[in-house]
This record gives sequence, C-alpha cells and structure tokens, in this order.
Amino acid sequence: MTTLAPGSAHLSETPPAPDAPPAIEARGLHVRLGASPVLRGVDLTVRRGEVVALLGANGSGKSTLVRTLVGVLPPSAGDVRLLGRPLGDGVPWGRVGYVPQRVSAAAGVPSTAEEVVASGLLHGRRLRLPRGWRARVREALDQVGLADRAHRPTHQLSGGQQQRVLIARALVRRPEVLVLDEPVAGVDRPSQEAFAATMTRLVGDGMTVLVVLHELGELAPLVQRCVVLRHGRVVHDGAPPHPRPGHEDSDHEHVHPHAHSRTLQRAEDVRLADGPFEARLDARDDSAEDEGAR
Amino acid sequence: MGLWEMVTDPFMQRALVAALLVGLSAPVVGTYLVQRRLALLGDGIGHVALTGVALGWLVGAGMGLVPDDVLAVPGAVVAAVAGSVLIEVVRRRGRTSGDLALAILFYGGIAGGVLLIGLAGGSSGSLMAYLFGSISTVTMADVWVTVALCGLILLIGLGLRAVLFSVSHDEEFAIASGLPVWALNMAVAVLAALTVTVAMRVVGLLLVSALMIVPVAIGQLVTHSFRRTMLVGSVVGVTVCVTGLSITYWHNVSPGALIVVLAIGVYAVVAAVHPLLARRRPATDPHPDIPDDVAVATPAGDGRQEECTP
Repeated sequence: MTTLAPGSAHLSETPPAPDAPPAIEARGLHVRLGASPVLRGVDLTVRRGEVVALLGANGSGKSTLVRTLVGVLPPSAGDVRLLGRPLGDGVPWGRVGYVPQRVSAAAGVPSTAEEVVASGLLHGRRLRLPRGWRARVREALDQVGLADRAHRPTHQLSGGQQQRVLIARALVRRPEVLVLDEPVAGVDRPSQEAFAATMTRLVGDGMTVLVVLHELGELAPLVQRCVVLRHGRVVHDGAPPHPRPGHEDSDHEHVHPHAHSRTLQRAEDVRLADGPFEARLDARDDSAEDEGAR
Repeated sequence: MGLWEMVTDPFMQRALVAALLVGLSAPVVGTYLVQRRLALLGDGIGHVALTGVALGWLVGAGMGLVPDDVLAVPGAVVAAVAGSVLIEVVRRRGRTSGDLALAILFYGGIAGGVLLIGLAGGSSGSLMAYLFGSISTVTMADVWVTVALCGLILLIGLGLRAVLFSVSHDEEFAIASGLPVWALNMAVAVLAALTVTVAMRVVGLLLVSALMIVPVAIGQLVTHSFRRTMLVGSVVGVTVCVTGLSITYWHNVSPGALIVVLAIGVYAVVAAVHPLLARRRPATDPHPDIPDDVAVATPAGDGRQEECTP
C-alpha cells in the first residue's frame, strides 16, 4: 500500500468555513425498527471537510444511523439536517453522495456498470439524464479504476468491483458530502487499495466523509474523528483510537499462522484507549468479523 | 386466402394494430416488474380487472345502456388502477408481504367478478371474452383507445427509463437521492394497470401477465444490459403477437393462447440453444487482473500452513 500519503498532510488544508452550516447534523435522533428502539438519542455533527468514521459492533445501530441521515429511515424523534437543510425536498441532493452496503443478491434484470452508475446522476427533481452523461459516467468509473468495465453486467463483477461501482454511482454527481456504509466489508484486497487511493484523493480535494467501518484499516491515516456507537447510543466521539503497537503502519500485514487469531487481532485494531465498554466491544467485533468472512 | 387478403381485411387490420401496440408496450412495463421482483403483479391486476369488467357491466345494465357491456373496459381500467395502487400501498406499509397481498387479490378479483356478473344478469360465460381475449371483435374505437393508452405507456416507460430503472434497481439509493420515489412507484403501478387493460383484448386477463413477463425472460437470457433486455423483450413481444394473430386468420384457434404458447416456445428454444452458443466462446478468467491473494498451503510447505477451524 503505497498510495496513501501521511495522514496529517491533508487535515489542515481544508479548514471548515466558519459560517457554513455543518455538512451533517443530527439532534436527539431516535429510530425504531418495528417495535425495538435501535437508536436512542444520537447527536452527531460532521463539519465541512471533516472525515469521520462511525465504529461499533454489529447491531450497535451504525447502518441505521447513516440510513436515517440520508432519509431512508424515518426517525421517531429528533431531526436531521444535511448541508443546513432539514431532510426532504429542500436538501441539495446533488451535493450528497450515498454508498449503501452492497447487497449481493442478483437483480431480476441484468444491468451494466454504466447503467447503474448513470442512475447516480438523477436526484431531487432531476428525473432525466443530463447531456453528456456518458462522459461523466466514464469519468466516475475511471475514478474507481473500472473504466474498462463500463459495459460489463454488474453480476459478472467481483464483490469488490461491485462495491466500486456503487462508489462511482455516488461520485458521478460530484458530491461535497460522501456517506459510505461499510465500503470495504468483504472486499478483495485490490479493491480495498483502490478504494483507499480514491478516498485519499477525494479528501485531499476537500470532500466531507462519514464512513461506517468495522476497522479503520487502510483509511486510518485519513480519519480525523471517530464516533463509536453501542446499543444505539454514542459512547465515544473524539480522536481515533490508537492502534496497538505494530499495527499503526497502514501497510502492516497480518501474518498469522491461524485464521482465527487473525480475526482477534483485527478486532483489536479498533480497541479504544479507555472506557468500560472496551472488552465487550472487542468481543462483539470478533463475531462481526466472523460474519463478514462468510 | 393469402397474405394480401389478410392485411386488407379491415377486421384483421384493426386486430393487427392492437396486437402490434400491445406486443410493443407490454414488455416495456414487464421489464420494470421483473426488475422489482413483481413478475406476478400483472396477474394480480388482471384478476382485479375482472371484477372491474363485471362492475362496469352491472352499472351499464342498471343504467339501461346498450350494449350492456359498454362500460366493461372503463370498469376494468378503474379497477386495475385501484388494485395496483392498493398493492403498492400494501407493499409500502410492509404489514403484509407482497405475495400474500397478491394472493388475496387473485381470489377476491375472480370471485368478485363472477358474483357481480351474475347480479348483472349475465353468466360466467359472458366473462370468457375478457378472460381469454376477443381480438377479432376489436372496433375502431377500441383501436383508438389502444393507441392512446399504449402511447402513454411508451411515453412514460421509455421517457423516464433512467429514473424508473433507478427506483426499480435500488429503491434505498433512490430515496437517499431525494427522488420522488413514492410517485415513481405509483407510476409503475399505474403503467402496469393500463398495460393489463389494453392487453385484455389481445390475450385475455388470465394470460396478460405472460405477455409482460415471457418476452423479458427471453431478453435477459441473451443480453447483459437493462436497456437491451427491454429492447429484445419488445421485439419478441411484437413478433409473437403479430405472428400468432396471423396464424389464427387461417387456423381457427384462440389467438391469445397461441400468442402465449409461441412466446413460451421461443423462450424454451432460446434457453436450450443459448448455453450451446455460449460454450463456443473460449473459457477465460473473469477477473484476470485480480492477483491471487490467497496463498494455498502445500503439503511440503514451510510449516506455516494454515489450519481450518470449524
């Protein structure tokens, strides 16, 4: 992994404009899925130009939180503002890009990478493709290193390539804010590296990022702030946790004689420096890793 | 009787125009339904439309209109649109699963239709023309209604293809893009309802869905893109509708049934032949540029080979 620049290099280059409203702002967010409360009073602010990682065990509410932030799930209480506007028709949707968790189920009708990425050009009241859409789609696919796959059906691409198509779909509208839900879960190594390189370039250009992760991994040098969820509440909001000695290097390799110890050590990457939840977070993350490996 | 006699026969001309338009537009809507995994939606709507036919008949008879089924088609349009909107609402509310809601509509639609036609003074035999099609009795007014409705279906189905694809492909992303997803879902539901009512004359309500789904199934066998699947579907739809109808000019068989059997026959032939053609292509690694990132341990390894844990 040589494409990553030293982490602190970009951080000072994009100071948030003092008068600009935050990119993402959630206040007192409560969300229920069916009868069970999944989020219980979450406050979250992401300022312009910030790179925030959302961490937590499976079931802690990370995906529910980002899906609520982009308007997919209705909150039962609290409110969300994107770029200063309450969720709804007033949000400048063309400036927000969302990368959902990849669903591997094959769609009913085959579709090419170009067709999927083109749908990212439609937002808000824009219901028809703009002129020159092919060139923009090609440019977005080029950003994720898949320009030569534009006419391949997505079901023939690898999992990591499918994930990159979804990232290109979010990038094609040239957003200022990018919300990603587990973009590297179950993704092959070349796609992880391509993803980290793409993110490094985007953050360097001032992109605001909120990303759900299981481990900081390749993105560690970019992340400025970590928000940790546990049982639907924010239990940590601040500096990224320090990785264990030997894991701080972004290109350290996991060389383990045994598959199981690999998951243990990856879980330790996100161990927090303090707090009583530390041990249980690790335990939950362990099972999460097992699930991701399936 | 030759081909010339057929195309100059005014009955046949009207029937051919209706069959051509229906064969063109039904697969367009069907592509979205297959994409949304609602392939059986057309059937559900068709059954509900039967109740609409009977209701129109009942109202016509009550008002003393002649003939008493003059309101049957408007009744079918109203019932089909109401039924498809209802299915969409149920799907959205998520209380009942989509297939359960469809099943209830199937039974309710047929039972309601048979019950109402009895009240209107007809018999279930009066419904046969609607259940299995009656393309030979297409009037000039019917042709104009078909032209108008098919024009609307093609205008929306093709004009808004990108955004209807987006909503059908990944509804969550469409919502997160601020698109009017509710209105677009309703548009697909209403398009499906209109397609069912225009196709009713050609193949009948019981077989309507076949015309929307089978050509799309053929399309996705032979292409890799959404746009081409839709195109192939429409080409197949037009071909089987026009061919099937033409055959019935010389042979006395039910046009609707023949059209559907032809479509399924094309599907069977393509499904059987396609793998043979695909095998001719050289076998290639689908991801040649991805390095092998899993080191496979050899028995004579260096002692670091991995063990599998249960």
